[in-house]
Amino acid sequence: MKIYQIAYKNLLRKKTRTLLTILGISLSSWVLVSLLGFNKGYEKSLSRDIDQLGFQVLLTAKGCPYEAATLMLKGGTGLKYMDEAVLKQVESYPEVKKVTAMIMHGVFDPNKGQSGGVSAYLGIDPKTYPNLKQYVKFKQGAWFTGATLNEAVLGYEAAELEQREIGDLILVPGTNLELKVVGILQRTGSQDDGTIFVPKQFIQEKFGLKGKITGIGIQVKQKDNITKFEDKLYKLPDVQVVSLAQVKETIMNLVATARVLVLSIAVIAILIAMLGVVNTILMSVFERFQEIGILKSMGAMPLDIFKMIWTETIILCSIGGVVGNLLALGLSIVTDTLIRQILPYTPSGRLVVIDAQLSLTTLVIIICIGIISGIYPAWKAATIRPLESMRSEGA
Amino acid sequence: MTIEIALEAKNIIKTYSRGSEHVNAVNGISVTLNKGEFVSFMGPSGSGKTTLINILGCLDNPTQGTLTVANQPVFTSGKPLAETNLTLLRRALFGYIFQRFYLIPTLTVTENIILPLTFYRKTGTHDAVGLMKLLGIEHRSNHLPGELSGGEMQRVAIARALINQPEILLADEPTGNLDSQRSEEIGQILKQLNKTKGITVIMVTHNQELACISDRTIHLRDGIIKD
Repeated sequence: MKIYQIAYKNLLRKKTRTLLTILGISLSSWVLVSLLGFNKGYEKSLSRDIDQLGFQVLLTAKGCPYEAATLMLKGGTGLKYMDEAVLKQVESYPEVKKVTAMIMHGVFDPNKGQSGGVSAYLGIDPKTYPNLKQYVKFKQGAWFTGATLNEAVLGYEAAELEQREIGDLILVPGTNLELKVVGILQRTGSQDDGTIFVPKQFIQEKFGLKGKITGIGIQVKQKDNITKFEDKLYKLPDVQVVSLAQVKETIMNLVATARVLVLSIAVIAILIAMLGVVNTILMSVFERFQEIGILKSMGAMPLDIFKMIWTETIILCSIGGVVGNLLALGLSIVTDTLIRQILPYTPSGRLVVIDAQLSLTTLVIIICIGIISGIYPAWKAATIRPLESMRSEGA
Repeated sequence: MTIEIALEAKNIIKTYSRGSEHVNAVNGISVTLNKGEFVSFMGPSGSGKTTLINILGCLDNPTQGTLTVANQPVFTSGKPLAETNLTLLRRALFGYIFQRFYLIPTLTVTENIILPLTFYRKTGTHDAVGLMKLLGIEHRSNHLPGELSGGEMQRVAIARALINQPEILLADEPTGNLDSQRSEEIGQILKQLNKTKGITVIMVTHNQELACISDRTIHLRDGIIKD
């Protein structure tokens, strides 16, 4: 019989206690895996969202840069207007590879939600916008035909929500304007999924905003020189320059603060689980005081006893680590939803990404914790003298 | 015919200190046990028999005196052995049976019997099945200790003590938890092992009838041998 078999069977003696200890380790492991998964997933999703915008710099009307950045990432541009003439100037810069103007317009829809809400329409330039969004694929139809201004392209989720297909009409709430659906996008996992795209001119003409835009998306030729280019853009009157790299950094900094807090909680949870393991194994050692003495009388060396008790700790932590990983994997969607409820801004896509490397890393961390936690009880057991244990009646 | 000595103790003293008070639990005992001999130690509580058997069985160091086991000097006067060294001696020479059996409740009868082999395996055969047959517990091989009677549990403990083929079997009150019928059975088993396998048996008991089956009975009182 091997020492690990004895250790395993020892753990079966007090099943409830063993289960509770495993549960404690599992929960700590779950928190740790989810947190590290969130760390990975959030940054990945944010990067992808930013990359999928198709441009690296956004010009908006002067205002709060954070508001502009958030509005943009949530699917649109700020609702302050700037002169469309700025576009010409931007196009003239040699650093610019591609450029597109956008206008966002919101109308109150009394049928949206329980007490109504704002339906947003993104006016785009059919000639330039698709060039920046080359990754976009259509489920049905295509970009605007140009036959009329009253055309709409729906993002995947917008189409699902409106229950519209190609050829259907959408009534702009509060107006008698109708839009004909000419295209439905495939799911992109970005803010485009929930957007209703219309020709820029439609918003400018139908809502009295001629010559106005809310944002200009700029794709630069060389991403390395972007800072110098931004300095140049700052010289333009009444515009706000939003660098997406800065946006990403700012959001990641904000999230990092929350992450430090959660990480602290995870560390405390792990420490509590660690103490739980030490307590469980130590109790088990004291309960088996005589028995360990007998094992030594029959030839077990201190190292044998140390290994046996240590193995018990490692078994507990390994099972707890695996269960915690499975919990984190199985409940990642729930965790994802919870995080979305808590954080003011979350990028689209999976926020909690758990891959094999992450699972393995956390499992190793948990097992290392088990190894450390097991040292004291194992040492305590290894130093039991058989005679003392036999003298302690029913210790 | 030459008689081989299994164990020789000379002037063994064991002193316990409690504050300023010093008590000699064993007070200068000298005893020689021959190989294949069955010796019982008897005496009232506090007479020092368990302390003596623990020293003879290398479970404890004496305060003074010398002990030689299987012609190997174990304790020389005033020089206690480290726990590790005591363990090495124990597993090479001794098998132990205790009043309270001390079987591992989550291991089956077979697993309990072969447990010492996990830590130490003497060269030669280790016939757990043969031992179970010899002790009449082969039908209980897959049972857990909780499913056995007291007599059966002690038989398992005896098998466990024998699995590594010890030269000396120490039995401390082996029938203390058993009724008279089971006590007699265990006594007969020990006698049989002594005769058929030539194992030296050292037994501590309060039971006069059980002591009668041994070759020699040594009576102790107040830490000394009473003639």
